[in-house]
Amino acid sequence: MQRLDVLKTYKLLIGGAYERSESGRYLPLRDKKGGLVANIAWASRKDLRNAVVAARGAQSGWAGRSAYNRGQILYRIAEMMEGRKTQFVAERMREGATAKAAEADVAAAIDLWVHYAGWCDKYQQVFSAVNPVSSAHFNFSVPEPTGVVGVLADAAAPLQALAASLAPVIASGNTVVWVGPAAIGASALTFGEVLGTSDLPAGVVNLLVSERAELRPHLAGHMDVNAVVAVGADDAERKQLQLDAVRNLKRLTFWEGPAADPYRILALTETKTTWHPVGF
Amino acid sequence: MRTPEPTTDGLKLDFSGIWSYDPAPEDRGHAKIDARYGLFIGGRFVEPKSGRYFDTHNPATESKLAEVAEAGAEDVDAAVAAARKAFPAWSKLPGAERGKYLFRIARLLQERAREFAVIESLDGGKPIRESRDVDVPLVAAHFFYYAGWADKLQYAFPGKTPKPIGVAGQVIPWNFPLLMAAWKIAPALACGNTLVLKPAETTPLTALKLAELIRDAGLPDGVVNIVTGAGATGSALVNHPGVDKVAFTGSTAVGKKIMESLAGTRKSYTLELGGKAANIIFEDASLDQAVEGVVNAIFFNQGHVCCAGSRLFVQESVAGTVIRKLKDRMQTLRVGDPLDKNTDIGAINSRMQLDKISGYLKIGLEEGAEMYQPACELPGKGYWCPPTLFTNVAQSSRIVQEEIFGPVLAIQTFRTPEEALEKANNTPYGLSGGVWTDKGSKIFKMTGKLRAGVVWANTFNKFDPASPFGGYKESGVGREGGLHGLMAYLNLE
Amino acid sequence: MADRTYPDFSRIVPIDTVGVEERVARLNTRSIKKSSKVQALKLALSMLDLTTLEGMDSPGKVRQLCRKAVQPIAGRDDLPRVAAVCVYPPFVKLAKQELRGTGVNVASVATAFPSGHAPLPEKLDEVRRCVDDGADEIDMVISRGEFLRGEYAFTFDEVAAVKEACGPAHLKVILETGELHTLELVRKASDISMAAGADFIKTSTGKVTPSATQPVTLVMLEAIRDHYYATGRMVGMKPAGGIRDAKTALRYLVMVKETLGAAWLHPDWFRFGASVLANDILMQIVKQETGVYTSLDYFSKD
Repeated sequence: MQRLDVLKTYKLLIGGAYERSESGRYLPLRDKKGGLVANIAWASRKDLRNAVVAARGAQSGWAGRSAYNRGQILYRIAEMMEGRKTQFVAERMREGATAKAAEADVAAAIDLWVHYAGWCDKYQQVFSAVNPVSSAHFNFSVPEPTGVVGVLADAAAPLQALAASLAPVIASGNTVVWVGPAAIGASALTFGEVLGTSDLPAGVVNLLVSERAELRPHLAGHMDVNAVVAVGADDAERKQLQLDAVRNLKRLTFWEGPAADPYRILALTETKTTWHPVGF
Repeated sequence: MRTPEPTTDGLKLDFSGIWSYDPAPEDRGHAKIDARYGLFIGGRFVEPKSGRYFDTHNPATESKLAEVAEAGAEDVDAAVAAARKAFPAWSKLPGAERGKYLFRIARLLQERAREFAVIESLDGGKPIRESRDVDVPLVAAHFFYYAGWADKLQYAFPGKTPKPIGVAGQVIPWNFPLLMAAWKIAPALACGNTLVLKPAETTPLTALKLAELIRDAGLPDGVVNIVTGAGATGSALVNHPGVDKVAFTGSTAVGKKIMESLAGTRKSYTLELGGKAANIIFEDASLDQAVEGVVNAIFFNQGHVCCAGSRLFVQESVAGTVIRKLKDRMQTLRVGDPLDKNTDIGAINSRMQLDKISGYLKIGLEEGAEMYQPACELPGKGYWCPPTLFTNVAQSSRIVQEEIFGPVLAIQTFRTPEEALEKANNTPYGLSGGVWTDKGSKIFKMTGKLRAGVVWANTFNKFDPASPFGGYKESGVGREGGLHGLMAYLNLE
Repeated sequence: MADRTYPDFSRIVPIDTVGVEERVARLNTRSIKKSSKVQALKLALSMLDLTTLEGMDSPGKVRQLCRKAVQPIAGRDDLPRVAAVCVYPPFVKLAKQELRGTGVNVASVATAFPSGHAPLPEKLDEVRRCVDDGADEIDMVISRGEFLRGEYAFTFDEVAAVKEACGPAHLKVILETGELHTLELVRKASDISMAAGADFIKTSTGKVTPSATQPVTLVMLEAIRDHYYATGRMVGMKPAGGIRDAKTALRYLVMVKETLGAAWLHPDWFRFGASVLANDILMQIVKQETGVYTSLDYFSKD
C-alpha cells in the first residue's frame, strides 16, 4: 500500500511564533500536475503591523548581544540549513527548480550565512574610525544598527536571496520584517523553521509571504520602520518607495541579487560619533 | 515676563556693577562688500537672466548690505550646464592636482580670515567671537582636511573602486553660511565632482566672497558655481535633471520635500536636518563645566544650531544647584552688536526667525512653563532675543517637542538613567546628544543608548573636519565630515 | 576650635580639566578697552600684594618696596596705593613702621614658608610673632605632604590652628597648587581651607613651578562661589606668582567679575601676589594716559 504523504501547513514567522495569517488568507502551492502540495499563509497588512511590533520589541535585545554571540547564531543558522539540505532541495524542486539549481542555491546560501556570521565581529573594525580631531578630545565613530528594517525580496535564487537579504541586516543588530513572494514562499517559510532552532531570539527575523505591491506601501510608510531594503526594484517601485518612505525619512537601500559584501551591513547602520575630553 | 533673579536663601551674586566692559568693536575697514553681486557661473560673476535682485540685510541694524542676484530657472540651468561641462576634465584630473587647489583655497581663506569673519557676522548676526574663532577657522580646516583626501580615495573604502558621482546640487542654510559651504564644497571637489551651490537668501555674502576666492585660486571654470536666491532657486536646483547628487542642510520639513521631489530620479541625496538634542546631567558630573557645556549647547550662535542642546535633563538631586549656576552664568552673557568682541549672543538671523522664536516663548508661557531671562539691554534696532530658559515643562510641551532654533532651553529633571534615556530618545529627531557624568562606565552606557549621530560626553557642540556629523531618524540621511563624509560624493563600485 | 566640625573629606567635586581650560580660553577673549581698561588697571594696582621673598632681601629693599606701595610712581598721588606689602617675618616690624598710617597692609608669609616643613607649635609661634610685630595678614602654607597623603583632617586642623593663632590678622592659605597637580585636589584643598576658617585662599608660594595659573584660579573662584552659596560667607582669592604683565592681570579680573561678580572686585576680596607686575601695570596706565608706548627704564625697579 502506498503511504499517504503528510502535507505541511506553511506558516508565517512572527515574533518567534509560526502563525497563519490573521486574515485567514492562503495561497495554494500545487505540483506540476495541479495537485495541492500545501497551503501557504498569505500575510496581510495586519500581519505586517504585528511583525513590526515584534521586530521593534526584539531590536534592543538583539543589538545588545555581543558581536561574537550574533556571529555564533548566524553560524548556527548555517549549521541548521546544512542538516536540512535535502529538504530544501526537494522543496525548491517542487517550486520548479532543477535539482542542480536547487542544490547550488542551497549550498551557496549556507556559505553566505557562514560568510556573514564571520562579519558580525569584524565589520565594526573595518568601518569604525578614531578621528584625529584637533582639540583635547578623544573622538571615535562606530556603526550602530539602524533599527527595524523592512526587506522586500524577489524570487530569484530564493535561499541565497534570503541569506543575502537577512544576514547582512541582522549581523549588526537590526531586526527584520521580510516580505517575499509566494513563488518562494515554501522555501522561505521552511527557512523560518531553521531560524526556530538556531538560537535566534524571537522577533529578530519575521517572515511574511505576500503580494509585494500589497504590503510595500504599509512597510515603506510605517513610522516605526527605520529602513527598507528593496531587492530588484524597478524605477516605478523605487519612486513609490521613496514617496512612502519620506514620512519618517526612512533609509532606502536597493540591492540586486545576492552578494557577499560587508557594505550591505554598513548600509543598514548609522554612524555614531562620540566625543570625550582628555585630561587629568 | 521675567522671573526674579536667582537666589539661594537670599544670597545672590551681582554680575552687573562696578566694572563693565567698554564697546570693543571689530574693525570692519577691510571687509569689502560690493553694492551688487551677480551669479558665479562658469568661473565669473554674471548678471542673472532673471533680471531680478534681492537685498541682504544686517540683522543687527536692519540696514541693507548689498543687492544679490536672484537666480531663476534659466540661471540654474546655466549653472548646472557649466558644472556639467567642467566635470569630465575635473574628474579626470589627478587627485593630487585636485587636492592642491583645495589646499590653495584653505590657505587663501586663512590669509583673509578676519575679513570673512567680519562679513559673516555682518550678514548673519553671529558674534564676531564665534565667526572669528569657530566658523572661519573650521572652514579653512575643512578645505585643508579634504584636500588631502583627493589623492587617497582608493584607501578610504576597502574593496571598492571609488568614482565621482557627477554634478552635485547643494543647498545650505543661514546659520553657518560659510561653514556649510565648506562642508559641501570641499568633499565634493576632493572626490572629483563639480557643483552648484545655493546659499540661503538671508546670508549669501560669504559664499559670494568665497566665489571670489575660488576664482583667485585659479580653480577651472565651472567646477564651482554659486547661485543665490530663495526657496524657488533651491527647488530649481535640486530638481534639475542635470544634477546627479543633492546635498541639503536645513529644516526637516524642507528635507522631506526634497526627498519627495527626488522620488523617481536616480539622484542620490544626503540630508542634514533638524534636531531637539538632550543634554543629560548626572549628580556626579563636573557641574561647573556641565553648566558651561549647556551654555555652549544652547546659546552658541543664538541657538541657531541644528544640533543645539535645546533640552536639558538634570538629575533631581542637583537640579536646584544646576539651575542656580546656569542662571548666574546667563547673567554674564552679553547680548548685542555682533561685531563687538565681547558679544556672546548676537542678532537673531531674520525678522521671520525672531517671530518664530517669540511665538514659542509665548507658547511656553501659555503651557504653564516658568520662564527666566537675565536682565539685559537690547539694542533698539535689529532682531534680538535674550538667553531664555524654561522650567516646569512637560515632555508633551511644544517647547520640548519642537525645534525652536533660538536661544531657548527647556529644563526637566529625572531620577534614573533609564528615565533620562527614555525621555531623551522620545523624539523623532536624532542628531546629537550630551551626557555629563564623572563615571566612565556610565558614559559608555549612556552614549551607546542615545539614538543620535553625534554624542558629546562631558562636552558639547564640538566640531572638527575629521569628525563625521549627521543624524539618526528624522534628523537626516548620511554623514558629513571625516572619512565618512566622502561616501556622499562617491559611487563605490 | 571645638565648635568646628569636619567637612566630609570623602567628598570629591569632579572637575573636567578640558572644560576648565575651554572656559578660561573663552574668558580670555574678553576685550578690555578704553576707560574700562584704565579702571581695571587701577583696580589691579590697588589689589597688589607687592612682594619680596628672597634670601637676599634687605631692610633697604623692604623700605623701597614700602615707598613704592604707597606711591607707585614717585610724585603721583592720583594713583591708588597697593593693598599690601608681603615680606618674610624678620621684616614685618620694619614694614609696619614704614607703612603706618598709609592704609597699606603688612602681610607676612609664615608657617615655615615655603616648604611648610616644621612642627605645628613652631609654626604657630611664628604666626603669633608676626602678628605681634604688626602683621595685618598672614600667608600660611599647608603641609602638602600630609595633604597628598590623604591626611585631610591634618590639613583642616592645621589651618584652623593657624587661624586661631592669627587673632585679628587675616589668614591667607597657600595651597601651593603647583604641587597638588590635579584640579580635584585644588578644589579639595580650597574647600578644606575655607571650612577651617581661611579668609583668603591663595594659589602659590611663587617658589614652585607652575605658580598661579588661570585654570587653577578659576577652580578656586568656583569653590569660593559654592562656599558662599552654602554658608553666606565671602572668602577672598589670591593668585600669586607668574602673573607678570597687566594683560594677564586683567584676564584674572575678568575671571573674578564673571565668576563671583562685583562684590569680589575689591582689594578686600581679591589680591595679586606679584613683584614685577606692578611696573607693567604702571606702564600700561601711562600708555593709556599718553597714548605712547613706554619703556621700563622710566619705572623704578625695586
